[in-house]
Amino acid sequence: MPRNDKSASRRTDRQRRNRHASRRRFLQGTLIGATALGLGGCDRLSESPKVAETLDLAERLNLRVQRFLAGARGLAPEYPASMIDKTFRPNGSTNPQAARYRELAANAFADWRLTIDGLVDRPQSLSLSELRALPARTQITRHDCVEGWSAIGQWTGPVLADLLDRAGVQSAARYVVFHCMDQLGGEDFYYESLDLEEARHPQTILAYSLNGAPLPTANGAPLRLRAERQLGYKMAKYLSGITLVTHFDDIAGGKGGYWEDRGYTWYAGI
Amino acid sequence: MPNAPQASPSPGARQRRHRLPVRLWHWFNLWFLVVMLMSGLQIFNAHPALYWGSASDFNDPWLEMYAIRDGDGSIHGQTALGPWTFDTTGVLGYSGVAGQEQVRGFPGWITLPSYQYLTMGRLWHLFFAWLFAGAGALFVIYALFSGHLRRDLWLSGRQWRGLGRDVLNHLRFRFHPARGGYNGLQKLSYLGVLLVALPMMVITGLCMSPTFNAAAPWLLDLLGGRQSARSLHFIFATALVVFFLVHFAMVLLSGPWRQVRDMITGGRQPRDGDTGSDDHAA
Repeated sequence: MPRNDKSASRRTDRQRRNRHASRRRFLQGTLIGATALGLGGCDRLSESPKVAETLDLAERLNLRVQRFLAGARGLAPEYPASMIDKTFRPNGSTNPQAARYRELAANAFADWRLTIDGLVDRPQSLSLSELRALPARTQITRHDCVEGWSAIGQWTGPVLADLLDRAGVQSAARYVVFHCMDQLGGEDFYYESLDLEEARHPQTILAYSLNGAPLPTANGAPLRLRAERQLGYKMAKYLSGITLVTHFDDIAGGKGGYWEDRGYTWYAGI
Repeated sequence: MPNAPQASPSPGARQRRHRLPVRLWHWFNLWFLVVMLMSGLQIFNAHPALYWGSASDFNDPWLEMYAIRDGDGSIHGQTALGPWTFDTTGVLGYSGVAGQEQVRGFPGWITLPSYQYLTMGRLWHLFFAWLFAGAGALFVIYALFSGHLRRDLWLSGRQWRGLGRDVLNHLRFRFHPARGGYNGLQKLSYLGVLLVALPMMVITGLCMSPTFNAAAPWLLDLLGGRQSARSLHFIFATALVVFFLVHFAMVLLSGPWRQVRDMITGGRQPRDGDTGSDDHAA
């Protein structure tokens, strides 16, 4: 500390100021350090699996709290026909090129079947006309993409709960896995899963029609899932089969869905 | 008794200028808000356009950031706000290190992570949302029951009446630190943040969740639909950023060292005779 001999009071003044100056330097250093750490470190933090795991803890909390608030049967808002969007924006696959899909589409899906298997008492294999003959629900709902945009459309199809009852779900089953015919960005086929509570929700349907017309190719022909309390990536298109399972660890990447295997949360209610 | 000076039993036991819960919440909230803002802009970048109503009319966003290619092949970032279009190359729409520019809404230096990574932005945002909302709720409860709200934040009758003059004084950069407390305009902005902007961030955020919409459809109706909720979320976030900038400027203009130190250590409540000036050594 530099000495100044003019007067005692001056000296204490100076000392006090120096003490403050060093504290100030310390604080400034801390602030600059924290800022640098913040800017440079955030990307590194985002790449750490431990950090991702920790952040992912909120997913379970979100699921529990939101399920509690909405209840098992709380309905997603439905809209008047005047609010239907003229073109329903498609996302993900819009024109699947898989050989099997092209063949089935060429024949207007006459040879296509929806299978229901796994932990069921009566495995099913249903044609499009058989599905169309079943009691159906029509709903005008809002589709929320994880990217942030929304679109409103009218969907028609059998309620999934009815199909599950038809197949007779065994008590060991916990999840419904949806198999798709489209490959998104490479070899992996799209797939998704819901737990039984969301699968049995009254608005969870398998839609074969959009806005009164057969489901267009871009929106998932011949059949797609509508789970109206979930984000868009949950609603698998180009369905070929449904499997009832106790867990999905051994399916594809093991996270319960195509995007889930790529880091998205399995719970997509928020 | 509102706005009465604090009873001070002895000079040594004077009240802190900022009490511990205020200081703790202030700094934690700053941290939470920075993470929320940066991860929020990451999420925004996944679809950098805003709409009113329930669904997105892709032909008519009220705010949109995008890039266009000029006749000469050069790429420009543009921002369309209502009827106006601005060239925002380098910041909004098109930005990045020279030679590695990308089409993106907000630039990398303000998103978390810096590169486009929606799901990681969502993980950060939805985790810190709990911390932010939890700490905010605790602080509102504290402010209500400790008297902080009534004593330190609520405006006195004279302050309500003097707001016009306060605004003029601030515009002229004339600040008279109200002795032993906040001035009227200052109180009003703190109240606006604590009781309007922060709760609205939580409400508009929740209303973008399809499952929450099933739990409280009336709240979604009140906001005017999901895309309106998303727009309002962005607007209140912008308001908080503006508050932060003004707040930061006011700290710089009113003795930044003392202000930051007092918000860390608590400082001392000025006595009636104190000047309340910006004396750095005080």
